[in-house]
Amino acid sequence: MFDFLDSGQYDLLGAFWVTVQLTLYSAVGSLIWGTLLAGMRVSPVPLMRAFGTAYVNLVRNTPLTLVLVACSLGLGLTLGITLGGQDFKAMGFRLAVLGLVAYTGTFVCESLRSGINTVPVGQAEAARALGLSFFQVLTLIVLPQAFRSVVAPLANVLIALTKNTTVASAISVAEASALMKTMLENETSALFAVFAVFAFGFIVLTLPTGLILGWVSKRVAVKR
Amino acid sequence: MSATSVLYDTPGVRAKRRNIIYTIVFLVVLALAAWWVLAVMAEKQQLASEKWSPFVTDAKVWTTYLLPGLGETLRAAALAIVIALPLGALLGIGRLSDHAWIRVPVGAVVEFFRAIPVLLMMVFAAQLYTQYTDVSSDLRPLYAVVTGLVLYNASVMAEIVRAGILSLPRGQTDAAKAIGMRKGQTMSYVLLPQAVTAMLPALVSQLVVIVKDTALGGAILGFSELLSQGRTITANYGANTIATFAVIALIYIALNFLLTTLAGWLEQRLRQGKKSTGAVLTADDVQQASAPGRTPDGGGA
Repeated sequence: MFDFLDSGQYDLLGAFWVTVQLTLYSAVGSLIWGTLLAGMRVSPVPLMRAFGTAYVNLVRNTPLTLVLVACSLGLGLTLGITLGGQDFKAMGFRLAVLGLVAYTGTFVCESLRSGINTVPVGQAEAARALGLSFFQVLTLIVLPQAFRSVVAPLANVLIALTKNTTVASAISVAEASALMKTMLENETSALFAVFAVFAFGFIVLTLPTGLILGWVSKRVAVKR
Repeated sequence: MSATSVLYDTPGVRAKRRNIIYTIVFLVVLALAAWWVLAVMAEKQQLASEKWSPFVTDAKVWTTYLLPGLGETLRAAALAIVIALPLGALLGIGRLSDHAWIRVPVGAVVEFFRAIPVLLMMVFAAQLYTQYTDVSSDLRPLYAVVTGLVLYNASVMAEIVRAGILSLPRGQTDAAKAIGMRKGQTMSYVLLPQAVTAMLPALVSQLVVIVKDTALGGAILGFSELLSQGRTITANYGANTIATFAVIALIYIALNFLLTTLAGWLEQRLRQGKKSTGAVLTADDVQQASAPGRTPDGGGA
């Protein structure tokens, strides 16, 4: 029933490796972009606040599929922005990461902002009483505490991101779900087995993430 | 916003001056970015008026492509939620059952379908329908999309229903027991009606995720929803890729913004309502109610 695994015809691990790479690059990128956005949304400069709010509300309400397809067809093919990708494959991968970062950053931003709200008012007041500037209050006092309280929500965002990398198959990045589509079309006799293998692959990717980060979130949570 | 505004004082003279400088610097950065984007677009002839004007002057773009596409999107989303809701309610109640032989398998099913990407289920369903049923090929993408959405969202709904029931005050169950109600009666006459009201905001928020996920079917299964109409429009109106994507994105944003606003309005109404127990459930509450790694619906697709 599972003979298709031995046929050597499909690079199963390679496809999942692309999924993992997509997830890792996008996770790092969206963590940085999301933190920047959250910083803008709480900043004293009204224009930055307005930009942050507008960006988050616009991008969050757009389907990820549209974001990625627009990155590939719009940015890549029409406007010729390749992000330094030499061939079609590298270009697709980089544009997919760009789209995933742009989309996931909004969810990181919103999680982080709710984390900032959990930091007691007294912390920021004490910091200001010491004469720290807004930037110092944010980076030295508030964000470190906020990050510790949002590990669990960020873990959920990371799991959603892992699953969302499958959308990259819409712009022909050769990740797991693209391979599954090919295999389903070829291995018509082992439909359920193919699905089971890929479902298992994603469970292997998402389940430990949730468990490990759940444990971390309990370890680092600020006891109040 | 109360907690965030304490990050800085009410600006004085110097701070006001500094904020103005930051505003100008940020404005310049934004303007440079916008100028660069426009320059690249102009270079590739994407700003030409004939690429944008069809959306205003030519009603056919709307009546032949965009509106039917939006209709398909809404049809798939509506079907998905109508089927997923009762299924999710059953699963949610099953997870709260006193009998382990119901609770454990139902829990496994819910966790399984939440752990795998909705796209995987759509692709699998499409192949399944091709091979084992005689659904006509023009209906198959719709069936596949709805099947994928139902499987995934029923398990999310199950969590919403479960969190909704758990969010009710304990006194409700106690009071029901005190007047001699059975378990089934407590659930159907006392807990479920209140839970449904409490979880309305979370349900409407989930609708946003469903609407966004229908676009997957357009990109991968050839379902003729809103996003997939973009390809036809660019083919017929002279490669106006950027303009088409901008208009389609705006339609999605307007639709989802409407739903988000509705969810916020419902939440506020329920919080202020005097008739309910005051239990309200938003999408965020559902996320926090389950342990990390158990609610991976944070992003949707």
